[in-house]
Amino acid sequence: MTARLSAITLNTFREAIRDRILYNLVLFVLFLLASAPLFSQISIGLEKQMLVNVGLSSISLFGVIIAIFIGIGLVSKEIEKKTLYTILSRPVRRWEFIAGKYFGLLLTLAVNAALMTVGFYGALLIFIHGLKRADAMLLVAVYFILLQFMMMVALTLLFSTFSSPIFSAIFAFALFVIGTFGEDLKNFAAISQGAMKWLAMATAYIVPNFASLNVISRVVHEQNVGGNLIIFNTLYALLYSVAITAAAVLIFERRNLK
Amino acid sequence: MHAIEIEDLSKDYAVGFWKKRLRPALKPLNLNVEAGETFGFLGPNGAGKTTTLKLLMGIIFPTSGSAKILGKDCLDPEVKQKIGFLPEQPYFYDYLSAPELLDYYGRLSGMSATERKERIVKLLDRVGLSDVGSKHLRKFSKGMLQRVGIAQAIIHDPQVVFLDEPMSGLDPVGRYEVRELIQALKDEGKTIFFSTHILSDAEALCDRVAVIHKGELRGVGVVNDFRSSIAEQTEVIWLSAGALAAVTNLLTDTHVTGDTVRGTVKSADLDRLLEKLRQQGARLISVTPIHRTLEDYFMSKTREETKETVSL
Repeated sequence: MTARLSAITLNTFREAIRDRILYNLVLFVLFLLASAPLFSQISIGLEKQMLVNVGLSSISLFGVIIAIFIGIGLVSKEIEKKTLYTILSRPVRRWEFIAGKYFGLLLTLAVNAALMTVGFYGALLIFIHGLKRADAMLLVAVYFILLQFMMMVALTLLFSTFSSPIFSAIFAFALFVIGTFGEDLKNFAAISQGAMKWLAMATAYIVPNFASLNVISRVVHEQNVGGNLIIFNTLYALLYSVAITAAAVLIFERRNLK
Repeated sequence: MHAIEIEDLSKDYAVGFWKKRLRPALKPLNLNVEAGETFGFLGPNGAGKTTTLKLLMGIIFPTSGSAKILGKDCLDPEVKQKIGFLPEQPYFYDYLSAPELLDYYGRLSGMSATERKERIVKLLDRVGLSDVGSKHLRKFSKGMLQRVGIAQAIIHDPQVVFLDEPMSGLDPVGRYEVRELIQALKDEGKTIFFSTHILSDAEALCDRVAVIHKGELRGVGVVNDFRSSIAEQTEVIWLSAGALAAVTNLLTDTHVTGDTVRGTVKSADLDRLLEKLRQQGARLISVTPIHRTLEDYFMSKTREETKETVSL
């Protein structure tokens, strides 16, 4: 089982790399460099806040875009191109294929985020001329971004098992946007009445709560992120990802691959 | 024990906007293939050949019936360790090189790193791709891809090999190369089940064939029986158009070119025809028995509109 799972994981990773997906890193660096003149025009205190905000938001946004654009084709492309036929004719269980694809894309995003983080710290060194102990807290924000990726990969994979790439992209992007404003949805539910209240509340709990995973504004202001929040968010992202991936497996197990 | 046992296997697809109408892609199919046999699954496009193979590979699920390979359910992972499959007009990960692709499939088939390394070198040599190096598959010709496809199907040395239209879309050289590879597998004693609509390939390679049409099995026949069968008709060619009038009643078909006559006669009437031609002083050029071909068998089965009782 492990050998098959790791084979599919590594092949998914290799596909992304050879599709030159890491070229986005160049774009990321160019983006930071292009923003540099902007930083220098801002006062010293705000300069760092700006860089942290731009850097972390970019890591998150680039990752989510990659998750959506690769994720939507993870299964549907294999069906369309019939590469899945030669895989399922081997002792590979359908759930192993889904799990392998999941880990493959997550590995791609993790490597991408890791390289971006290195670039981000490099930019801090160059533009801010040094790092402080409090800057380690930025890694917590990066960790939360990775948790966000875990959920996004699960969602795009789920859509890919039953929908066309275009619809999958629309669904995934819509959920990302709604999830980003998850807290606002809860606030809306709190002031609503009747059926609307329940509808808003149900939606707020079903869609991924990306808002709780966004601590960028906190670390920008060098505020501490509590251990409880780290544990809670880790458990939440794990459970949500497992549940969504399980749903993807359930659909894929029953699907006729015409 | 049969290598492949198919019992009442059928597949219906729900069609229409509301998916309420059922379209049978495969009507209940009963078929056995013996171990070591090369079995041709013949039928025109859309006959149900690929549907059958997809059912056997677990790519789609049957509406009814079951299939066993090597005595076990075809979906059993243990069975899948012992079978190989080449889909029709396969597409492989084109960002991989041939050795990388074979290594991937070898890993999925549970082979160790040492086994894979040794087998890949041998296989690439066998399919004539030992010099491709790290060239990516996107740069391969169709014939080369088909050979890589066969290599991936047998990377784990399976007992039963399923090939879906292995010669489809290949030029004459490509077809020859693939046919040679299948022949080599046959010589190794593998059970080969392959679908095709190219009858000459089936005739050259198969021990037995089944004809499927409109999702229904129309017949199963032994290829050698066609070759060795007693000819029902004989073609006779002679010189002397003048003798034709005396034998017209014995001929089923006639072509006259100048003084040369080519006539077809029922084999039972051959002696009488030859006697009369001798009496007329005609000069005999050739007497050729007309054997039934696989094409005749195929055409007769695909033209039948009603199902016949099939003896397996």
